[in-house]
Amino acid sequence: MKNLTLHLGLIGVLFALNWLLPAYQQGNIARVMVLATYAMGYNIAFGYTGLLSLGHAMFFAAGMYGLALPMVHLGVPAGPAFLLALLSGGGLALVVGLLALRTKGVAFMIVTLMFAQAVYLTIVLATKWTRGDEGFVLPQVARHLFGLDLSAPSIRYGAAWVLFSTGLLLTLWLVRHRTGRVLVAIRENEDRASLLGYNAHTHKLGALIMSGTLSAAAGAGYALLFGNTGSGFATVQYSILPLLWVLLGGAGTVIGPFLGTLFMFYLIDWAADVTDAYMLIAGAALVLLTLYAPSGIAGYLRKRVWGWLA
Amino acid sequence: MSVILATQGLTRNFAGLKAVTQVDFSLAQGEIRALIGPNGAGKTTFVSMLIGRLAPTSGTIQFQRRDVTALPAHARVRLGMAYTFQITSVFQRLPVAENVALAARGQGDVDELLARVGLAGRGDQLASDLSYGHQRLLEIAMGLAQKPCLLILDEPTQGLAEPEIAAFKSLVRSLVPATTVLLIEHNMSVVMELADRITVLNHGAVLAEGTPADIRANPAVQAAYLGTGNA
Repeated sequence: MKNLTLHLGLIGVLFALNWLLPAYQQGNIARVMVLATYAMGYNIAFGYTGLLSLGHAMFFAAGMYGLALPMVHLGVPAGPAFLLALLSGGGLALVVGLLALRTKGVAFMIVTLMFAQAVYLTIVLATKWTRGDEGFVLPQVARHLFGLDLSAPSIRYGAAWVLFSTGLLLTLWLVRHRTGRVLVAIRENEDRASLLGYNAHTHKLGALIMSGTLSAAAGAGYALLFGNTGSGFATVQYSILPLLWVLLGGAGTVIGPFLGTLFMFYLIDWAADVTDAYMLIAGAALVLLTLYAPSGIAGYLRKRVWGWLA
Repeated sequence: MSVILATQGLTRNFAGLKAVTQVDFSLAQGEIRALIGPNGAGKTTFVSMLIGRLAPTSGTIQFQRRDVTALPAHARVRLGMAYTFQITSVFQRLPVAENVALAARGQGDVDELLARVGLAGRGDQLASDLSYGHQRLLEIAMGLAQKPCLLILDEPTQGLAEPEIAAFKSLVRSLVPATTVLLIEHNMSVVMELADRITVLNHGAVLAEGTPADIRANPAVQAAYLGTGNA
């Protein structure tokens, strides 16, 4: 009950902020909500199931290009293109999962990293359609959903809010459902979970597909709401970022990915105003947080204040 | 009585070391069987093959007249086998009640199970906060929660105090004949009091099998345990 109240409260506050924030911050928070959705997708695999992937950018990119390519080249409207994006992410996760989940631990990290590199290179090499590094801009006329112009600041914020809220509530539902609790059991002790009659491989594959699909939803949302694509979104950097966001915010908590994304977004935003060496400040903050709150912001809160936090 | 579990020629080699060799074994429905033997006799290797944690080098395993040799562990558990670990393997960072709920797979009353093993009122504690003996009891609760047809207990009384051992004995007695129990145990008083029959493993092979009285009187078993070396 407390969990539901807290998470619905967050959703309510973010909803209200649409009318309270100045234009610049409104754009920032919209971006944070989309990126936090990506982090929540990552958290399903890493935080709840213990699958440390270094290649999630491929799912983000699968969503981004799964939406943008059909829109630009085939004239598919935004709604159906979004569904195609989800299928791209989920399908890619299925294929990658079937192969990569034959490995564990460090080998799994390397294999996912390699698959993500393959996806990145595919995007770069298919320049004819993707325009590689440079990417392309989604025409504003195409960025309409249910008759709403998604490039208008307030509508864009609203759409980001819908995407984020859906992801948050789905994650909350998952972790309270028996499946989510089995995922945690597998993360904690896979051998034991198998000996309680749970098929660890199927559960991990399912978790990776959910994770990949949610990451793809974020990638598609990003392209749709901010209008641009580019192979840069498929680079290693975009695989590391959700890991950092989740670690900072609290792995294996529902609210953690949002807190981590928000924190890092504003940390870098603020540090960039102070000095050109803003990554130095970001790095120092990360080190401090890792030293004093190794389970992240939400993990710290769960330990100290809110023992009930999901 | 019908046979619930049988093995034929079950063998497992570890890089040339023969841990278990050509074991033919059968377990009757509803009995309490003890599996004993000196350290390194192959007891844990043998039961690990039964539950599917370890693949046999050769030989077959039938459970309820079905060949399960090729089935993974989780599928055997679904068929009604359960295994409690020799080295406690509970989910340390999860609450006690959650450990049992996971084992129960959504069925059964967690509080009642905890009460049955003597852990009433500890459901909200983290498993890691329990003493070692209590973690052993939690293992047993997790075994019971699965409502198995065959419960394999790997050294369940290790680390338990005398009163807990007494409670454990009556608990195991209350399980039969609905559940068949295979008990690996070093505590001879537990073995002699509980077991209908005893199988003795030595050097990976069956040395003797019979009632507790037979086994107690068997000179080969005495030799293996006392290490006279003449057996």
